[in-house]
Amino acid sequence: MAINAKDVEWVEETPMNFWEATYLPAVFDGLLTTGAHVANNRTVTEQYPEQQPKLPTHYRGVHRLNRDDKGRVKCVACMMCATACPAHCIEIVAQDAPKDDPHWADRDKFPKSFVIDELKCIYCGMCEEACPVDSIELTHIYDLVGLTRQEMMFDKEKLLSVFDQTKDSGIDPIRTHKGKLGHASDFTDLHTLGPATTVRADDRSAKAVSSGVISN
Amino acid sequence: MATVLVNDKSVEIGPSEKLNCIQAAQRAGVEIPSYCWHPEMSVVASCRMCLVEVGDKKPDGTIAMQPKLFPGCQTPVKDGTVIVSNSEKVKAAQKATLEYLLLNHPLDCPVCDQAGECGLQDYSYEFGRGYSRLQEPKNIKPDKDYIGDQITLFTDRCIMCTRCVRFTREISGTAELQVISRGTHEEIDIFPGDPCNNKLAGNVVDLCPVGALCSKDFLYEQRVWWLKTKNSVCPGCSTGCSITVDQNEDVLYRLKPRVNEQAQGHFMCDEGRFGWKYVQSEKRLKRPEQRANGQVVSRDWETIFPAIRNAIRDSLIRSPNKFAAVISPWATVEEAYLLATYAKKLSPHAKLAIGPVRVVGEDDLYPKDVHGKPEPKTKFTIRAEKCPNRRGVEAVMQQMQGSVIEFSSILEGVSRGEIEALYILGGDPEGWISDSDATKLDKLKLLVVQDLLESAASRKAHFVLPGAAWAEKDGTFVNHNGLAQAIHRGVRGPEEARPDGRILMELAEKKGMFHAPTLRKEIAGVVPALAALSVGELGELGVKLEQAAAVEKPQLQTV
Repeated sequence: MAINAKDVEWVEETPMNFWEATYLPAVFDGLLTTGAHVANNRTVTEQYPEQQPKLPTHYRGVHRLNRDDKGRVKCVACMMCATACPAHCIEIVAQDAPKDDPHWADRDKFPKSFVIDELKCIYCGMCEEACPVDSIELTHIYDLVGLTRQEMMFDKEKLLSVFDQTKDSGIDPIRTHKGKLGHASDFTDLHTLGPATTVRADDRSAKAVSSGVISN
Repeated sequence: MATVLVNDKSVEIGPSEKLNCIQAAQRAGVEIPSYCWHPEMSVVASCRMCLVEVGDKKPDGTIAMQPKLFPGCQTPVKDGTVIVSNSEKVKAAQKATLEYLLLNHPLDCPVCDQAGECGLQDYSYEFGRGYSRLQEPKNIKPDKDYIGDQITLFTDRCIMCTRCVRFTREISGTAELQVISRGTHEEIDIFPGDPCNNKLAGNVVDLCPVGALCSKDFLYEQRVWWLKTKNSVCPGCSTGCSITVDQNEDVLYRLKPRVNEQAQGHFMCDEGRFGWKYVQSEKRLKRPEQRANGQVVSRDWETIFPAIRNAIRDSLIRSPNKFAAVISPWATVEEAYLLATYAKKLSPHAKLAIGPVRVVGEDDLYPKDVHGKPEPKTKFTIRAEKCPNRRGVEAVMQQMQGSVIEFSSILEGVSRGEIEALYILGGDPEGWISDSDATKLDKLKLLVVQDLLESAASRKAHFVLPGAAWAEKDGTFVNHNGLAQAIHRGVRGPEEARPDGRILMELAEKKGMFHAPTLRKEIAGVVPALAALSVGELGELGVKLEQAAAVEKPQLQTV
């Protein structure tokens, strides 16, 4: 959207006074910083790899595929992550869940194969955000190495093993126990977003929209 | 002329037209949402999505509105009818209806195949309330995996519009589907032991406005927003149903019918819908081949074209009257024209023959009655002639040589030694030549086969050219009724296969690139029977050959 000319506010540089015009205060200010660094002998260099870095909690590293409480892959193969992925690095092949297996009774669909190309990935975290069942998550694993490109194609088993590896590490806990498609499809414990029987006076549905319409 | 007012816009309606409020509103560019109504089927007005305010404009100019909302699908319009679809009262009704339809809907959009093309999603977004007031657990009904060989039912997603039930009762006439139980226990089901396997069964999946009825063939293959769609024509029979071809990354995933009253109406048959798998067959010809004494000499397009030209020229020098070209009724009009002009240019005595026209059984008419006999009023026909373009190829041949020669007479000619060089343009995916017929071809001095799949003929050929399936090329098909429709290139062929039109242009050393609309204009000038193609672009619905010819004649005055 183009910016409107009337919305633009022009800021002029404030004119320097006599002392500022000599540049001496700025020179002494800079010397003060230099001096502080000279006087300070606190080490800031991290002794990696002997010393591991402390990463922020929102750090986005290697992906994992979470398991639900039955140990199955949580992923429902909806391909929202593949749709959201700006780098097109996620390839999913879906399959219908075995109908006669009670283990899969509550599921329609699951991923037959789920491959993330960790080399193509830009670690933006859009997949994590798109996932309706909190299945795909980015962990704190940052030191990912591989000898071949093929090794960096993480398949379903490898992604699940990342989950097994990281779930007890402390920094990548299992964040939710939600394995279903969110509260809207949760039949047993449904949280309504709107009013149930009592309707607030300011709610649209409480107002008589026109004569002849019975509201509530 | 009747005038109808739709949200203050006036629409003219013809004297003999019988429209309901939804159709009249469509004329005015206003969408009245609906689920259960379908133009081809009876009206039940059960989904209540199309409730509108309806009134009457009196001769003195006053408007009297009905006090209650009316279902638009069930309310016919007449002169002076007033339809209001954007009042607060109507919007409140739409919100309430959607809230009701969503009460027991599982909202499993992420795993539902319909997501992205779902009526419930679209209308909820446009007309819905955005939240539910239901606190009780949802009513879940068990899924039914087997409604038919190609159909599965996710019972909990169903909104009971009963379109599928009415389709099997009114269009296919086979009546396999029904509603069992009543009230909140209502479910779609089949009669025990009578699955929905009629030849039109796939249409119930298209008709389902939600993701309840799903096609097993397409189930979980792709998310629909990844599919790229091209308009095309089903090549399964001479009906020439208008369809769309859905592909992603050069893989064909499904065919869906497109509305075209001149071709087939709203639907398509399962033979066409699921019968395209040969396009991805392993038996496809993938590379050009030049053979000498049974050994492959070359697999290179660049060397094969001059080699074929030389081989044909040599054989014409030897015996100028012994060259023939066979054009399959699966070829497009453009390809038939290119090959026919090339053959006639090489030798005016060249024979042009139409490939085998495959006819299976008799025309299959729907709806059927309880005994399986067709009812008097036909609503859908699966034709016995299983090739898409016999009329188009014949029209070209009639013009080029004055008659159409059958393939069998070419075979006889070959065995009598009257034909020594033969160019076959194939395309029929089902064995169009038997092994015994193919042995007759042994006598030929030169056999060029341009085809889709490996066949008895392609194994004997001196030159094999891998052509394209109908979904991989541009062109024109003329159906049984003389309707010329355009097909468009949706996917690329396997490996080195090329569109047939391009092969023929390069072989004939015709200037320029293959461009179907340009070529159509050229054909229209040469072949009077195909003069209607002069428009170039045939549009979505195609062009009737006869109508364009009729324009030149004085038309009868109708009173």
